[in-house]
Amino acid sequence: MPRYLLSVFTPADAGDLGPYPSQDAMSESLADTGVFTARLERDGYLVMADGLEPPSTATTVDGRGERPALTDGPYLETKEHLGGFWVVEAPDLDVALELAADGSKACRGPVEVRPFRSAESVAALLGS
Amino acid sequence: MPRARRGAPVPQRRVGRRPAGELIALADDDPGALGALTRAHHDEWARVVASLARRTGDLDVAEDSAAEAFAVAAERWPREGVPANPGGWLMTTATRKAVDRLRRESRREAKHEAAHMLRDETPHAPTGPVADDRLRLVFTCCHPALSPEARVALTLRLLGGLTVAEIARAFLVPETTTARRITRAKAKIRAAHIPFRVPTDTDVDDRLAAVLAVVYLVFNEGYLAGQGAALDRPDLADEAVRLGRLLRELLPDDGEVAGLLGLMLLTQARRPARTSATGQLVTLGEQDRSRWDRTLLAEGHALVDERVRVVAAGGPRPGRYQLQAAVAAVHTSAARAQDTDWRAVLALYDALARLDPSPVVLLNRAVAVSEAEGAAAGLAEVERLLAAHPVLDGYHALHVTRAELCCAGSVDRRTPGVRTTGRCP
Repeated sequence: MPRYLLSVFTPADAGDLGPYPSQDAMSESLADTGVFTARLERDGYLVMADGLEPPSTATTVDGRGERPALTDGPYLETKEHLGGFWVVEAPDLDVALELAADGSKACRGPVEVRPFRSAESVAALLGS
Repeated sequence: MPRARRGAPVPQRRVGRRPAGELIALADDDPGALGALTRAHHDEWARVVASLARRTGDLDVAEDSAAEAFAVAAERWPREGVPANPGGWLMTTATRKAVDRLRRESRREAKHEAAHMLRDETPHAPTGPVADDRLRLVFTCCHPALSPEARVALTLRLLGGLTVAEIARAFLVPETTTARRITRAKAKIRAAHIPFRVPTDTDVDDRLAAVLAVVYLVFNEGYLAGQGAALDRPDLADEAVRLGRLLRELLPDDGEVAGLLGLMLLTQARRPARTSATGQLVTLGEQDRSRWDRTLLAEGHALVDERVRVVAAGGPRPGRYQLQAAVAAVHTSAARAQDTDWRAVLALYDALARLDPSPVVLLNRAVAVSEAEGAAAGLAEVERLLAAHPVLDGYHALHVTRAELCCAGSVDRRTPGVRTTGRCP
């Protein structure tokens, strides 16, 4: 079954409360998100899900040179950054989009839906 | 690039309108066969592509195999005669080509399965409210996950059978851009697993709106720009009408589908009177109504009448296309411009403005006000509109209307030649 990455985006300039107006709103959203994730699991869509620490905690590694070069911070300077994700298995894009809509509502952020490469698409890419 | 291109060379990869036209020139000793071929391309292209798309799940295989089948027909029909059932012949030939193609291309499991499916002649189970492969293909081409430009290009390509060059010319976009759009959209359909299905009843409205928007956009490109250097565009309006008829055939009970088709037919009917001998645009009020196409008018009026009856019987409220079709029906029902029932037009614009209070709709409504209640009332309406939407100050149609209403204020608005309906050629 096709696998999709549902990524949640969050404003980069948000403070400790992230995109939420208050502590309560944050707790409420976390609870809703938990319910949504539990539903994905119950219905057999969930492969895995998690949230990420803010981009200030990221380290970027470039290992292409002789010695790996380390940089403090995220690779991309963006106004919005990846806050968390779900990996789901769904029969087609329509189902994935429906799940993403519910996930977006729960976590109060836009969700990007992106298919994972499949064995078939990799084979096509390699021309085998 | 799609894998299809690595297969054996295809003699006539793209049998669109243009190649068919060239073939006519090559073998006009048998116009019967070539007429049949052109007609078959018109009638059967979408059916063949759609059926193969469902059975192979691969748009490239579907399209290339259909093109090959038409190429074979172009070669054989003039020599051997037109088969008794051209559609069936094309479908069988295209299916055989698709099986060959799938076998040749890959030894992979999924492809084998697809090749096997193609030999299975048992009818498929319906996967939506209406089971027609073409409808499935329309909804796939107009999926909201694709960009609006890609939806238009894909629909014209896969359902209309237009060549990339034709689509590019129609939208004044470089051919490479159009080709890239189509390739990218197909790649997304494949990689993201956009399903070949008719949406369920619950989301058919949303998706159908996207489909209707595509068809109407195609129509407007063909109709509004039908002047100057872009001579091929009337074809595009015809294409949109054809797509509209197809949707009507597939979704006969949908009011907006009927409305859009009615709107296009009633607009199309006025085309013969739209330009003067010198190629100038003639406004609705000044058109020679005897030149309107009676057949298209009758068909359009019948659709509007049907919707009026349904709504009167308590059916769903009319949407924007039905209302616009009704406006067009009022205009085309008047024997002379001065006989137009502007009160009826105004009532329809009131309903339209409630549904879509966009500046363009409100401006058209102001014109109806001026015709129904006098230039002063219309002018007041325009001023009010401008105060509420300052952004309209940059909209030239508003200033044209305003100037016309200022002039008309001092002239009897029923004097022939006073143009107060500038937006409705």
